[in-house]
Amino acid sequence: MNKKIVINPVTRIEGHAKITIFLKDDDSVKEARFHVTDFRGFEKFCEGRPFYEMPGITARSCGICPVSHLMASAKACDSIVGVKPPTTAVMLRRLMHMGQMIQSHALNLFHLSFPDFILGMDSDPAERNVFGLIAKQPDLARQGIRLRKFGQEIIEKVAGKRIHSNEWVIPGGANWPLTKEKADYLKSNLPEALDTAINTLALFKTWLPGLEDEVQNFGNFPTYYLGLVTAKGGLEHYDGKIRIIDADGKIVADQLDPTTYNEYIGEAVEPWSYMKFPYYKPLGYPDGNYRVGPLARLNISSHCGTPLADEELEEFKKLGKNGVVQSTFHYHYARLIEVLFCLEGVKEILENPDSLSERVSSRAFVNNDQGVGVAEAPRGTLIHHYAVDPQGLIVWANMIIATEHNNLSFNKAVTQVAQKYVKGKHLQEGMLNRVEAVIRAFDPCLSCATHAIGNMPLEVQLLDCNGKLLERKVR
Amino acid sequence: METIAKTRMATMWLSGCSGCHMSFLDLDESLIDLAKKVQIVYSPIADVKVFPENVDVTLIEGAVGDEEQLELLKKARGQSKILISFGDCAVTGNVPALRNAFEDGDKAVLQRAYIENVDVNPQIPNDVPKLLKKVRPLHEIVKIDYYIPGCPPPSDIISYVLTELLSGRTPKMEGRSRYG
Repeated sequence: MNKKIVINPVTRIEGHAKITIFLKDDDSVKEARFHVTDFRGFEKFCEGRPFYEMPGITARSCGICPVSHLMASAKACDSIVGVKPPTTAVMLRRLMHMGQMIQSHALNLFHLSFPDFILGMDSDPAERNVFGLIAKQPDLARQGIRLRKFGQEIIEKVAGKRIHSNEWVIPGGANWPLTKEKADYLKSNLPEALDTAINTLALFKTWLPGLEDEVQNFGNFPTYYLGLVTAKGGLEHYDGKIRIIDADGKIVADQLDPTTYNEYIGEAVEPWSYMKFPYYKPLGYPDGNYRVGPLARLNISSHCGTPLADEELEEFKKLGKNGVVQSTFHYHYARLIEVLFCLEGVKEILENPDSLSERVSSRAFVNNDQGVGVAEAPRGTLIHHYAVDPQGLIVWANMIIATEHNNLSFNKAVTQVAQKYVKGKHLQEGMLNRVEAVIRAFDPCLSCATHAIGNMPLEVQLLDCNGKLLERKVR
Repeated sequence: METIAKTRMATMWLSGCSGCHMSFLDLDESLIDLAKKVQIVYSPIADVKVFPENVDVTLIEGAVGDEEQLELLKKARGQSKILISFGDCAVTGNVPALRNAFEDGDKAVLQRAYIENVDVNPQIPNDVPKLLKKVRPLHEIVKIDYYIPGCPPPSDIISYVLTELLSGRTPKMEGRSRYG
């Protein structure tokens, strides 16, 4: 009978996520499973709501990336009404989405991941958080807090409210234009944010030589990569078409229509998790394993399209064969480059006089019985698909959340760490740290999918085949 | 030099979206001042493992949607002097409670997600916490000391409540925040 090790993050105590590692008869690691244990049910309980409420309701999937849900939802609604939003509306939606990318990446980096790098992975768990970072390196903490704030302020200036600002986004465009006063405010704060992004990127690179073990062993394996790209194959967060590459960097599918996602993306279920397992249909389940998110986006994109980010991308791509970087640890690096890309994008939009045009909506009612909206959320490709009745009431919905795409890779990464750090009937020192670290590098959208925002303290239980407790470790 | 004990504060996240926690982080630079007065003893943004004893103030975001959340809420109540229902999901059930309107809503949401919208292995996950029949706001289960409504509550209201409590005063919520 197989033995199993159960790793309970604090979220398991809250009831949200845990990891089980299964051993073979010879006590080597067979596989590891990441269980997501929270579920709300948006795909069903939205039924009967008017379609134009969907951005507001589905934004409540996630308080960290609500704007991505607003965007995917608004785009699904655009196609239900069958209109193209005016240029300025698209520009402002993009601006708002860049704000969200900046704040979400800043949150992962400064508030959640940097405490590990600054305070040390083995430092006191009671201090290893953003408040510990404030105590240890107040200047860096302040910069990070202000970078996140700038992202949130973009959202607020465009859409009126930092979180769940759903009154602004409407099917066919936006509810009000951007005023010059607000644009000027953002412009005046942009240089500081750019400085922070550039300095932090440089700082991060100085840490890399000391993090070689993490880079080599944390989810460092080949997969396919999937995400949106521009018509020319550049980095894209709001619109574009789907590109899929293999681990060698070969493009296996390009310019796929994201609205026909269900022709090439399937979803599977396992009894031990509330998080489903999307897969690339031509390869089947579970072989059709691909990764999404910042690392995947940089891997599939030939260029960013903004000068500073392009320079960084060129350097980044040298880390991998054929420009494909496999280590999950480098999601952190990719996030930093994306922050820079978004700040440059913000500058571009704010300097474009069309961003202040007052024509921001195209009005229409239900013209199609279905709509699909796809955007790149901070953590990857986000898909909303609705069907409506002739009155525009939702009769069915499907959502594929960014973090779900990485589910297969998640299990693979944890298995990889376990294979290295579980020996015999004992848990090797350092294993809990490593499991934590690999989880954190993925930055699973833990509000969309689970509940621990970042650092996941762990409790590991090693059980024999009769379920008897052999060993227990807590940190 | 530091002789004044910091207030022991916890934050908890049940069935919600984390937006209330994000609004807490929207205190921005005020977090740096707050760090001087409070110690975060338990929170999804921190690393502490089990809900500790003798917590002075606990903010709870989210409604109660499954069996484990129910237990965690009771534990937090038992070990906190002041328990605050934080945001609309905690206060009213809000979005997660939309499923309550469906007959056997717990089963209906599972059926849609894990049987209907699936290509391979359709099945209801069973090795996971069981959903409650109805999603419930916190005060239906435990005694609540203060309510901060809002989706999410604006950060200046969060700041006001914490400032009042840290000064030993009673926050007056009338007219300060509302549903939505």
